[in-house]
Amino acid sequence: MGETSAATDATGPQVTYERFLAEGRFMVQRARKTGEYVFYPKVMLPSGETDLEWVEASGNGTVYAITVNRKREGSYNVALVDLDEGPRMMTTIVGVETLPIGSRVKARVEAGETPRVVFEPQEK
Amino acid sequence: MSHPIRGKTAIVGMGTAGVGEAPGFSAIELLGLSVRAALDDCGLKLSDIDAVFAATSSHAFASMSVTEYLGLKPKYFDSTNIGGSSFEMHLLQASLALEAGLCDVALICYGSNQRTAGGRLVSMSEPQWHETSYSPRHPITAYALATSRHMHQYGTTREMLADVAVSARQWANLNPDAFARGPLTREDVLAKRMVSDPLTSGDCCLVTDGAAACILVRADRAKDFPKAPVYFLGAAGANWHRSIQAMPDLTITAASESGPRAFEMAGLTHADVDLVMVYDAFTINTILFLEDLGFCPKGEGGRFVQDGRIAPGGELAVNTNGGGLSCVHPGMYGMFLIAEGVAQIRKEAGERQLKKADIALLHGNGGTLSSQVTAFLGSAAAL
Repeated sequence: MGETSAATDATGPQVTYERFLAEGRFMVQRARKTGEYVFYPKVMLPSGETDLEWVEASGNGTVYAITVNRKREGSYNVALVDLDEGPRMMTTIVGVETLPIGSRVKARVEAGETPRVVFEPQEK
Repeated sequence: MSHPIRGKTAIVGMGTAGVGEAPGFSAIELLGLSVRAALDDCGLKLSDIDAVFAATSSHAFASMSVTEYLGLKPKYFDSTNIGGSSFEMHLLQASLALEAGLCDVALICYGSNQRTAGGRLVSMSEPQWHETSYSPRHPITAYALATSRHMHQYGTTREMLADVAVSARQWANLNPDAFARGPLTREDVLAKRMVSDPLTSGDCCLVTDGAAACILVRADRAKDFPKAPVYFLGAAGANWHRSIQAMPDLTITAASESGPRAFEMAGLTHADVDLVMVYDAFTINTILFLEDLGFCPKGEGGRFVQDGRIAPGGELAVNTNGGGLSCVHPGMYGMFLIAEGVAQIRKEAGERQLKKADIALLHGNGGTLSSQVTAFLGSAAAL
């Protein structure tokens, strides 16, 4: 029988991730054996590995693609950010209308009813 | 070596209903009318149908709903729903079931009243938990992200995107059934309301009503019908992701796999193709699919669509009905790729009729550039 990390003992990866977020922590999964990261959190990697542990994300990333949704109520950007660890995630870049693709960004956890990971432009 | 299924089945009946606006009709009513039209087209009776292939945006169990509504008793049925490419996959599945002798008369059908029912894209697509807190607008955000990346990597411009919409409109202007007709310039498209940068409303497909149905039989009896058979030459799918976050490279779709696979299955090369029907939910789709299907090199799609190359009279006949951009887009457009392929191969396309239309490539797209299915139809000359 495979071993799982303490964080995943009680709940599946989605709930675990969301609980970390509620604590203000941006955690991602990594395979112990291969060192491969995955996002969004899953029970198994595409390689078949299930020996996943939760590690603190570096928070460093690069904008891979970005759009601004224009709505009457206001506009907001939606971006895909490549984490330095490898995986890509959907997010938003706060404090700016938009940002050029390739820009370096830094994550923080935004508290709220549904806590979420947002990114800010990194100081040059 | 082509696949043994090549040419073994054929579309003998094709029908549409409510294309554009059909106020007062439900989705299944429009679907029913398109089935009636397809039956009238080939002379078969409703009770001859013994296989149902269906997908819609408003029926969780589409083949069941269709079966009940039409009063059928199919012995083979399939509600595979992979978004707009469902019907190209149904072509493959219907052909395999026919050829295996599991059924004799296969119906593929679709219907939607999304325009008159609400005027918005109707979707049963469930939110993706890892995306919802960022409020992406389904599906345009995903396509806009792909567009931003294509522009960044390959220098594709908004003008090039606009040229896709203009070419589609020029084809639509030759099609009396197209919903959006009239002059459209590049400047018109660029000046439209920005919806999701860099896509304006002019880069987006229509929101229409519409239903379509086709009837397939084995090729050995296909010649016994009033109209020339439109043969199934092959189809192949490829799928790598569901949500745009998981698409490995936003500039390369799984059409780069489904296309070559379908070409091989049908024993065809690009030079054989007379008509290219690609699912143009957004202007970037046409560019991506022309690249991924091998009609131009990766990254060159934006330049390829300029100078009227895919417009009437251009080098490559693309989306001759006017496409989802200007002809019809009731939510899942894939069935209308088939309708136009059949119309052109039968030489029923009127003013937009291609001189030579023996082989049509149909490329369906579903989800957020997710499920890709490439299919080939052909005339008797293609066999």
